[in-house]
Amino acid sequence: MLAKRIIPCLDVRSGRVVKGVNFEGLRDIDDPVTLAEYYNAAGADELVFYDITASAEHRGLFTDVMKRVAEKVFIPLTVGGGISSLNDFDRVLKNGADKVSVNSSAIKNPSLIREAARHYGDQCVVLSMDVKRVNGVFKVFGRGGRDQTDINAVEWAQKGQELGAGEIVLNSMDADGVRGGFDIEMLNAICEKVTIPVVASGGAGNIEHFIDLFRLAPGADAGLAASIFHSKEVSICDLKEQLHAAGVPVRRIQK
Amino acid sequence: MIAIVDYGAGNLHSISGAVKTLTDDVIITSEKDVLLSASGIILPGVGAFGDAIEKLRDTGLSEVIIERVQSGIPLLGVCLGMQLLFEKSFEYGCHEGLGLLKGEIAPMADDLTQKVKVPHMGWNALEIQKECPLTKYIQNGDYVYYVHSFYAKGLDSLNAGSEYGNLFVPGMVSRDNVFGCQFHPEKSGGVGLNILRAFLEVTEHA
Repeated sequence: MLAKRIIPCLDVRSGRVVKGVNFEGLRDIDDPVTLAEYYNAAGADELVFYDITASAEHRGLFTDVMKRVAEKVFIPLTVGGGISSLNDFDRVLKNGADKVSVNSSAIKNPSLIREAARHYGDQCVVLSMDVKRVNGVFKVFGRGGRDQTDINAVEWAQKGQELGAGEIVLNSMDADGVRGGFDIEMLNAICEKVTIPVVASGGAGNIEHFIDLFRLAPGADAGLAASIFHSKEVSICDLKEQLHAAGVPVRRIQK
Repeated sequence: MIAIVDYGAGNLHSISGAVKTLTDDVIITSEKDVLLSASGIILPGVGAFGDAIEKLRDTGLSEVIIERVQSGIPLLGVCLGMQLLFEKSFEYGCHEGLGLLKGEIAPMADDLTQKVKVPHMGWNALEIQKECPLTKYIQNGDYVYYVHSFYAKGLDSLNAGSEYGNLFVPGMVSRDNVFGCQFHPEKSGGVGLNILRAFLEVTEHA
């Protein structure tokens, strides 16, 4: 049986890790390679890097960061941010990424999912979705949560799977940055309709929230968080032990 | 020297980085001469079986690998690289493999009766069934990272594997100096590095 995964997310800009709260107010945290090594040792099951760099010049810097991380850290690495073509897939996969996540570019051009899945395999195409309730309906937002679309999130998840996405990262904008727990209702709505793995993102504030996640949204395969891990408020090692004690199958850290 | 075979099968940073944490004496190569002087060979691989075996044959690397194995040099196949060690594969057609291990590669989906996801992707616990030199530093129940949709069947070289749905997926196989891991040791954290460390020790004593 597969273990439930714990995934720290690192937002990288100009070669440094930053964390935005509610997508605003960016704050410098640490060196990506150092942080990646720290999380690897702490027992993270996977690392997600979002490239929030705006310029093409700094995009090369990000690729270099990925390469250095892949040479030092031996767990799966996912890359997102600024991926809009097969060339972008190629660039990050050749530099050490195992999976690539698409978001706004897939909204604009859904066939990117299909083409990437055909070229590189379903397993490395991740559909990342920023979702918020609008008049009681789960709606997809583009451009890092700035643009509301008319797309129904449940339908988008199903379409993503049909096109060949191998995994979904569901970021609840309603829960993000509030630290009140994962958005169980939203997760269950998506998990009921897809068979590919779903990664829960947004809302983690403490260890209990992860236990609730896997108990109340059993279809979720992983929990993703950033600030609570970066600030060292929650240690992944303690989190894994408590999940294990609560009966959740996890990869425990070698002592 | 450990040679990682480069036959155009994509990203080799992770596997070479993982081996480099254990020894400086490692090289990524597509040269037959380098394989001929290597003390151990790692055959990586992602992608489709048919393409991979064709590339190995066209470049003549498959012959050299088989020749080196016959002269006693340890070989480790990883993921698709492990599948290539077997006699044949039914991944999109029927392809002949290197034939170094008995058995064949088949789609998991055809044999799964329980509703589980394919590809088998993620961290799964390893059950050791028969100790081998590569299990030296790992324990029963250690987690390793798998990404695959096809698996080995009808084999006589099983060392360890993982339960997935109704299937027992072969994870580690070996016969004499031929070793294979279906999972990715270079993506399996400390456990994976311990498997690579054991392989390096085998190459030192070969």
